[in-house]
Amino acid sequence: MDRRSFLKALGAGVLGMGLGPLGVRAEERPGVEFMGILVDTTRCIGCRSCEVACAESHGLPVPEVGDERVFERKRRPSTTQLTVVNRFETEKGEVFVKIQCMHCNQPACVAACLVKAMVKRPTGQVTWAKNCMGCRLCMVSCPFDIPKFEYEKAIPEIKKCDMCWERFKEGKIPACVEACPQEALIFGPRRDLIHEARTRIYTHPDRYYPHIYGEHEVGGTGFLYLSAVPFEQLGFQTNLGMKPYPEYTTGFLYAVPFIFVLWPSMMLALSQLTKKEEE
Amino acid sequence: MLERSPKEIRKFILQELKPKGPIFTPFNVITAPIILIGIVLIVLRLWKGLGATTNLSQDFPWGIWIAFDVMCGVAFAGGAYCLTFVVYVLRNEKYHPIIRATVLNGLLAYMFYAGAIFLDLGRWWNIFNPIIGNKFGYNSVLWLVAWHFLLYMLTELIEFSPIIAEWLGLKYLRRVLSGLTLGAVIFGVTLSTLHQSGLGALVLMAKNKIHPLWWTEFIPVLYFVSSIFGGLSMVIFEGSISHRVFKYRIPEEVHHAHPSILLGLARGCVGAMFAYLFLKALVFVHGYGWRYIASPMGGWYLVEVLGFVLFPALLFIRGIRRENFTAIKVAALWTMIGIILNRFNYVLIAYRWYLPLSQRYYPSLIEIWITAAIVLTEIWAFRWVVNRMPVYSESEEEAAVADRSLGVTR
Repeated sequence: MDRRSFLKALGAGVLGMGLGPLGVRAEERPGVEFMGILVDTTRCIGCRSCEVACAESHGLPVPEVGDERVFERKRRPSTTQLTVVNRFETEKGEVFVKIQCMHCNQPACVAACLVKAMVKRPTGQVTWAKNCMGCRLCMVSCPFDIPKFEYEKAIPEIKKCDMCWERFKEGKIPACVEACPQEALIFGPRRDLIHEARTRIYTHPDRYYPHIYGEHEVGGTGFLYLSAVPFEQLGFQTNLGMKPYPEYTTGFLYAVPFIFVLWPSMMLALSQLTKKEEE
Repeated sequence: MLERSPKEIRKFILQELKPKGPIFTPFNVITAPIILIGIVLIVLRLWKGLGATTNLSQDFPWGIWIAFDVMCGVAFAGGAYCLTFVVYVLRNEKYHPIIRATVLNGLLAYMFYAGAIFLDLGRWWNIFNPIIGNKFGYNSVLWLVAWHFLLYMLTELIEFSPIIAEWLGLKYLRRVLSGLTLGAVIFGVTLSTLHQSGLGALVLMAKNKIHPLWWTEFIPVLYFVSSIFGGLSMVIFEGSISHRVFKYRIPEEVHHAHPSILLGLARGCVGAMFAYLFLKALVFVHGYGWRYIASPMGGWYLVEVLGFVLFPALLFIRGIRRENFTAIKVAALWTMIGIILNRFNYVLIAYRWYLPLSQRYYPSLIEIWITAAIVLTEIWAFRWVVNRMPVYSESEEEAAVADRSLGVTR
């Protein structure tokens, strides 16, 4: 780091202390938009090819597929499995749902991170970097319980889906999308995916429940879901609200500059008021 | 400008480092092994990682090191900002005799308990990343809290520094440092307001994990107000013990002032506690609290609010009315237990309240042991300083000079 960037960082630090944040937004560049993945649960057959592809592309232990017993309990993503497929019995029969990081438009984990280890990329991916301190506030903050910490390791990392950020930089699509034999997963600009999802709902109203999960939840997410049944039946949290999670802390953070200015001036005034005449 | 040469000072410090008084006291014999084993366990923790030493899990990323050491430790250290405000800004002389001990307690509490964050960091070698480097996550509440901890430790050190200068016999330096006190106090109270509430703001984004009776947008305000009565209760509790243990270090007139100081502190607690209860009631009504009150968690909520805030507040009032100091001390301890319950609720108990008992977090023996070792080390440090530095007494001449520079008369 040269002197100029050090001074800039120092200045930003000092300013930031007083001013606090103005919400979490990825830097805006013309022509760059958030990418996302549309998951059509009506097409998923539970083959778990996505789990295999994900493990292979992230250098994690590749799961044995074909064993139906894994569906007997509801699994969560873990430090060794960044995405898992669960089976749900619904009013319209068996439905398989792939879960992983939702890549929120305004992620709680990014707002929580005090060293910018968790980053929302301009193209929408939420990624983790090694300057992390391991404070685990991202885990406390994430509404979807996604970041997982490697407790068993002496040099632990936070593990979560990064929407194949490394592959994306090489111009490739995410491994899970590439591996899906059913085209249950589509990768593309989030805006286009919403159009596609709406089109499917309008053209097949009998087939789809009229809601796109992730369009508005917690301010919108990069992963979008279509379903034949109400999302409660698929284990989705439908009570998260539409407010982006970082906004729950903005009230406090906006108070910071006010207190920084008002408290010292009021206390100075008070101490003048109580000052006794010197004999 | 130094009245003593650096060589003399070095010699003096080396002499002071030696233990004073009997070594094999019951307290020492019991606590020394706990601390020594604790140090070994800390090394083990840093070497082997969190999984090998703690019961933390993916569902409970924070355990007692955050809930007790950091959240309760910092709340209990709140007495320092309250009393420095009263003594230096409002210039109330009544509490002057205990201000140094309170500041010392605050400083040590931040060094040891806020320092416990270090143990909890999974990647502790990166601890300086929020302070140096170019990755400032100033969107983060924790970034604010981290900076405030650091700056507040510095301001408390400045507040305490005249005593160190006095100890070293450096009169000129003491006068210079005393001149910084008012500025440090004002900065310190501001920082405290923000990081006491900031600790509460940390869990704001855990909205869907914290029981609705506890989660509210006003968590930061509740944390701040409860740090006032938590901190003052700690001053009462600590003062009562210190006045017995360090009796030989405490001048006669300070000793006589103690009852009236206790009564004043108790009144301060009651005021803050009723403000807190009023806020709790507002939040309860606006959050439709009665929807949840007829449930096990609702009962637990009432235990916390009525049993450990309202009840000790009434006990304080009774103690004040009858000048019953036992009641006041019991109420202070009771209030502190209430603070512990409250902070534990936000991180451990009302956090993921829906999980069955078998999937919940219970601290490991190592976590408890290290916490005990940290508390005992802090007590050792406190005792070391009190036995050497003029914490409870100041020479008349020194005090007069310092007070003139502060514009205080007594």
